[in-house]
Amino acid sequence: MEQNHHIDWKKYLIVFLFTLGIFLSASYISNYFGNKKIDQLKLIQDKISIDILSSETQFSLLSELSCKNISDSIISGELGELGRKLEWGQDNLGTTDTVSYLKKYYSLLQIKDYLLTKKISERCKTKAAFILYFYTTAENCSECEREGVVLSNLRDKYPELRVYSFDYSIDLSAVKSMLQIYKIEDTKLPALVIDGDVLTGFHSIEELESRVKESFKLQDIKLEETIPIKN
Amino acid sequence: MALFLSSIFYIFSFLSVYVQVFFLITFLDNKKEITNRNGSTKLYKYPKVTIMVPAWNEENTIYKTVRSLLNLNYPKNKIQIFLIDDGSTDKTWDFMQKFSKFSNIKIFHKDNGGKHTALNVGLENLETDYVGCLDADSIADPESLVRIMSYFEKDSSVMAVSPSILVINSKNIIQHAQKAEYDMSIYVKKMLSFLGAIHVTPGPLTIFNRKVFDDLGPYRHAHNTEDMEIAYRMQKNNYKIKQCNDAYVYTNTPGTIKKLYKQRLRWIYGFINNTIDYRSMIFKKKYGNFSLFSLPFNIMSVVAVTFIFGKTVYSFGKFLFLKVLEFKDVGFNFNYNISHFDPFFINTQSLSFIGILLFLLIIFSIMIGKKMSEGKWNLSFNMILYILIFSIVGPFWLLKAIFNTILSRKPAWR
Repeated sequence: MEQNHHIDWKKYLIVFLFTLGIFLSASYISNYFGNKKIDQLKLIQDKISIDILSSETQFSLLSELSCKNISDSIISGELGELGRKLEWGQDNLGTTDTVSYLKKYYSLLQIKDYLLTKKISERCKTKAAFILYFYTTAENCSECEREGVVLSNLRDKYPELRVYSFDYSIDLSAVKSMLQIYKIEDTKLPALVIDGDVLTGFHSIEELESRVKESFKLQDIKLEETIPIKN
Repeated sequence: MALFLSSIFYIFSFLSVYVQVFFLITFLDNKKEITNRNGSTKLYKYPKVTIMVPAWNEENTIYKTVRSLLNLNYPKNKIQIFLIDDGSTDKTWDFMQKFSKFSNIKIFHKDNGGKHTALNVGLENLETDYVGCLDADSIADPESLVRIMSYFEKDSSVMAVSPSILVINSKNIIQHAQKAEYDMSIYVKKMLSFLGAIHVTPGPLTIFNRKVFDDLGPYRHAHNTEDMEIAYRMQKNNYKIKQCNDAYVYTNTPGTIKKLYKQRLRWIYGFINNTIDYRSMIFKKKYGNFSLFSLPFNIMSVVAVTFIFGKTVYSFGKFLFLKVLEFKDVGFNFNYNISHFDPFFINTQSLSFIGILLFLLIIFSIMIGKKMSEGKWNLSFNMILYILIFSIVGPFWLLKAIFNTILSRKPAWR
């Protein structure tokens, strides 16, 4: 009987190399698109950075000039978009080092935006509420995910509300300083800072909404008490 | 843990692509040998062939099945037909008796004992050198037998030849999906034929040299998949099995998910248990590609589907859980749905590209199968239906088959 069970080892090897080639090509293409996305993120960050710098410069000129148009340069929408993309990138882009570097930069931009907007709000008496949100990606934090959804919802509802989110585990001295200032502990995440009060654990939308409204109300009272600045 | 699961996923993806590339290279290697004959085929010699038709409650289809055998392009005095009623409770026996006047048809009646026992009645009465079976729900193309026999004429070491099985009377999406699946099987079977690694000699008109049964013994129960077990036994004994791509047999397919589920449960259960019975053959060089390619990759597909199904169920469950929490926390949020499309969020991980490639390779396999059976290249919606339906329902019969194997529960025939 003719040999039925002939094995072509060369074919096994060729197919292996071919398959390996396919995987390497897929990895190359994936990297290519990943880098494109990182470039896109860098571009957004540069733009935000320039915008903040511009706002700061404008703010410095405020004493000589006026509050007119200053609020136009507030860029929290773009910051939010960048945050979402970075969050997604961390899970889906292979180059985690670059993404975490960008995330650090993003955190810095948020702090700068927070400080600047707060100053502008005080100086120009514009209505704004701030929430600093601390979460963690180092471990599975389902309450952080829930709080994130609540905050996104709240932000959609109140455009004047500015939410700044910070990853507890990020290795950045500026963020660490904030953690020290507000005495945030990793065992009590998620944590929120609203009007100087630190709230830990999950907080419902109703609870946060009442606090945000309260914050706006206080500002309205303050605004009524002060003489409006004339341009 | 996440890294471990992701590594397993990568390994399964790699092996899946490996199988497809292996088939593709085999196809390119043997392209010239794949022919589609037109018109009537002629042989130098027409050996005598017995075709057994085992039937259990097949009153709706048996008449057409036997008529198709009588219409075969093969000398009438060279074909012996055995109609074997396996204790039917419907009018199958009455239909069989309508053919009693034909000199080349013999009719047998026995108590119900399963398909393998019916076939063994035929083997006990065998007088010819070649023997085959035609399931009573299938119809043989007039050219099928002569084309199959041409393989025996060309190579005397061939011990069994199976045909291409095509779907008839496909009326709904379940059957349309199976149509694409059967097309792909033609391609896969042909490639396994080139590799000497066929693991099933299907009931619809596989023809054997009687030496197979003389040497290796009759059919066995084999977990209700006697057509798989005989192929395993042949591979173990180095008996050559070929596939004749231009010999067509048309078969009826299950028309409901429930019937399809039962059929596939039986097939997969049979595969798992026959593989367990013949486990000593896995990764043994002396059994060739059957032991190094066919068996391991079939086992891998069972494990991979189980793994991917588990992973999908977990991810989907988690997604649902988070959505329920989200609904509880903030109610319905339509903002996510109406937000504008941003290409940034398109998944460009390497596995996405591999997934697309695998999808294309499967579509291509179906197209080659279609080309091999119908002689033309074309795309059809059935291909999408096949991938969609089988990827959703397939894991269920597979898991049930594994479950039954663990609990030693045997699935019913229908």
